[in-house]
Amino acid sequence: MGPGVGWYLVVSGILFSIGATGVMLRRSPLIVLLSLELMLNSANLAFVAFSRLTGEGTGQIFALSVMAVAAAEVCVGLGLIVAMARRNLALDVDRLSELRG
Amino acid sequence: MGNFIVWVIWLLAAGACLSTGLAVVSLANPFYSALALIGNLVSLATLYLLASAEFVAAAQVLVYAGAVMVMFLFVIAYLGGRADAPWAGGPGWVRGAALVAGGLLLVEVVLALLLDAGDLLSNEAKLTSAFGSPAEIGQLFLTDHLLSFEITSVVLLAAAVGGVVLGMRSSAEDDA
Repeated sequence: MGPGVGWYLVVSGILFSIGATGVMLRRSPLIVLLSLELMLNSANLAFVAFSRLTGEGTGQIFALSVMAVAAAEVCVGLGLIVAMARRNLALDVDRLSELRG
Repeated sequence: MGNFIVWVIWLLAAGACLSTGLAVVSLANPFYSALALIGNLVSLATLYLLASAEFVAAAQVLVYAGAVMVMFLFVIAYLGGRADAPWAGGPGWVRGAALVAGGLLLVEVVLALLLDAGDLLSNEAKLTSAFGSPAEIGQLFLTDHLLSFEITSVVLLAAAVGGVVLGMRSSAEDDA
């Protein structure tokens, strides 16, 4: 037997903290999106680990659903970033603090 | 011997996963960050394989590391030099608070694991040979989880329509 479920959860937790720190710290919306992907993937790792713990496939189904939602989120997020760039707005989340165009 | 090899591969994948994760957050150039995220996704797929989730690992490499990240790289290339933003912004205390909050989150996760790691995590269920195979995943998706499967299609459609609407040229831009 390889590493137990606890080891997977430790990796998942550390990865989630790294991603959360990136979302809070970085200013480029592209890198904020990439850090969000890190957080989603760490959650996926926890789902897969728990799926192995219980021996049921439901956790893996959840992980696949998260993947689909992440793809949708990237699609809309990148659309927003491209729209911002077209309007010559600065790509800096600190300077985009209001919703009015 | 087989046990040893599994541990070595697992540790390599976990180390690659964490170091590429740090690289995603810390590199200044978004292009390199996206490349690091591809490495992160591939090492995560290795971890999934070792947790006997073969189908999820394949989907991860095909959908995530393939399709989604190519979209990311295209957008970064399209933006060119405009994608560069200051590394971190706001007053110094905001940055410090962000680091402290991230560290606290880490401490919390590790504490929660340590408190419960005794019994709950050590009783692993016996896995059947079909566990994680495409056949089992497909069966689950089309029986027990049919609703989530259908809702996923609606979510993807909404995202595609949203992407097209956001990408359309508006008259306000043409005036500007």
